[in-house]
Amino acid sequence: MRRLYSHFGDRLFAFFLLLLALGVVALALLMAYELYRGGSLALGRFGLLGFALGREWDPVVQKAFGAWPYILGTFIVSFSALFLSFFPALAAAIFAAEYAPRWLAQIINFLLDLMAAVPSVVYGLWGIFVLAPWLRDKVQLPLYMWAAEHLPGLLPLLGVPTGYGLMTAVLILASMIVPYTAALARDAIALVPKEHREAAYALGATRWEVMRLAILPLARGGIIAGAFLALARAVGETMAVTMVIGNSHKLPYTLFGGAATMPSVIANEFTEAVEDLHLSALIAVGFLLFLVSMLVNSTAAYVLRRQERLVKGVL
Amino acid sequence: MVQEAVDVHMESRNLVVRYGNRVGVGVGGGVSLPLYRHRITALIGPSGCGKTTFLRALNRMHDLTPTARVEGEVLLDGENIYAPGVDPVLVRRRVGMVFQKPTAFPTMSIYDNVAAGLKLVGIRDRKRLDEAVERALKGAALWDEVKDRLRAPASGLSGGQQQRLTIARALAVEPEVLLMDEPTASLDPISTQAIEDLLLTLKEQVTVVIVTHNMQQAARVSDFTAFFLNGEMVEFGPTELLFTKPKDPRTEAYISGRFG
Repeated sequence: MRRLYSHFGDRLFAFFLLLLALGVVALALLMAYELYRGGSLALGRFGLLGFALGREWDPVVQKAFGAWPYILGTFIVSFSALFLSFFPALAAAIFAAEYAPRWLAQIINFLLDLMAAVPSVVYGLWGIFVLAPWLRDKVQLPLYMWAAEHLPGLLPLLGVPTGYGLMTAVLILASMIVPYTAALARDAIALVPKEHREAAYALGATRWEVMRLAILPLARGGIIAGAFLALARAVGETMAVTMVIGNSHKLPYTLFGGAATMPSVIANEFTEAVEDLHLSALIAVGFLLFLVSMLVNSTAAYVLRRQERLVKGVL
Repeated sequence: MVQEAVDVHMESRNLVVRYGNRVGVGVGGGVSLPLYRHRITALIGPSGCGKTTFLRALNRMHDLTPTARVEGEVLLDGENIYAPGVDPVLVRRRVGMVFQKPTAFPTMSIYDNVAAGLKLVGIRDRKRLDEAVERALKGAALWDEVKDRLRAPASGLSGGQQQRLTIARALAVEPEVLLMDEPTASLDPISTQAIEDLLLTLKEQVTVVIVTHNMQQAARVSDFTAFFLNGEMVEFGPTELLFTKPKDPRTEAYISGRFG
């Protein structure tokens, strides 16, 4: 083997490959370090835990910074979006992979890929001008009026029906992450060996039973990994969310009322963060976001690797 | 064997299978082949000769391939399984199939694998399931090896055991006909022996059609043999006769090892 790599050209090529690959690793580490260093002023002042759990974010009067409203907002928005989008996305993937005739499956797959390629600012724009006004007039106001008459206890949960808030952000985000879940679920289903489908069919299984017996158990890991990647995307999504979420960090959050997420507060406030502590607090939020994204992504990678082993063990 | 009275269980009439424009089986006239009840019929021939294609037409597996088209008839007890209105799912419950690669469902236990087909037909009663699973595993000569670990995952079994598990799974639903597509091709000699022994007892309950690459295997286990070549069914007859006095020179060339 050694001899294969002994030509000068090969060695040069291998050297550059190594350099570039190490560069990627170094970049990730450097980014984590820079975020930590940039946020160290705020983190040092409030402590990591105090910063993460602090409920007060007041750059003007108290000069206190606690990221809890943004962490909470991020979790509510991204998990709700994942929950809303998961089953439609899975259904689309199953339909495209197993039920649809080939021409229709190709159209569905093309559109799913297209959905992933639409810039998020376009989703945001659509949210501002179409979805938010529509939700306000057709959903939130009627619901609010109905609750005011029949169930006033519900009002504090609903909040002010402005159209720009938690609900709109969740709906926009859910439609944005559908293609991620769907694409990975589709690939996982396609990875299931033909023999296993046929074995189930040969037992006298119907299409749905083939799905349940042979396909879903083997594709489960890939489907879950897809959900995690979609979650990672939802956690980090900035532009569309910032445009429609109403940007209010006043707790408690309500269904219709404004909210804020980690990315949205960074995007909103970095231009006006003239004081060192404020800027440092924003960077510290970025550091927390980095940690959360890393956690979600590595979980997805772990699940995906186990899935591949399971399928390969079968072959 | 030939002297015994045997009746036709399944029968193909002028069967042609096309993939797009290419004829998979039925070159030079469709294949008409009787499959006798409680006998083993072997389909032999070199790779790509159409034997597997023919086999898969017998339980409508070609329905799953978008480009495949089947012409002619396949009669099961005199009824055409390709007649309009016939549900392929019901056909496959009467005509079971075992594949070349063991296809135990890896995330299920041994017990659940065998019970899978029974649950599909709506049998939920614990006692009936237990009995059927035991009977099927005994029928597939696997019971003694797994009776103490029925709840263990099927993925822990060896290749030969997994293949017998898939045979047990196919037997559990009590099919009338069992189609086997090179069931020993991926197995070691000892597992192969176990499955060949099994075949001889199986034919008391079911009609067996087996595709095999291995002429010795066909000679050892089958009662009738059909020889396929280039999508054509060249010759069919009692196994002894076909191997000792082939009528067609191409059959003779193949069984004497001149090609394939």
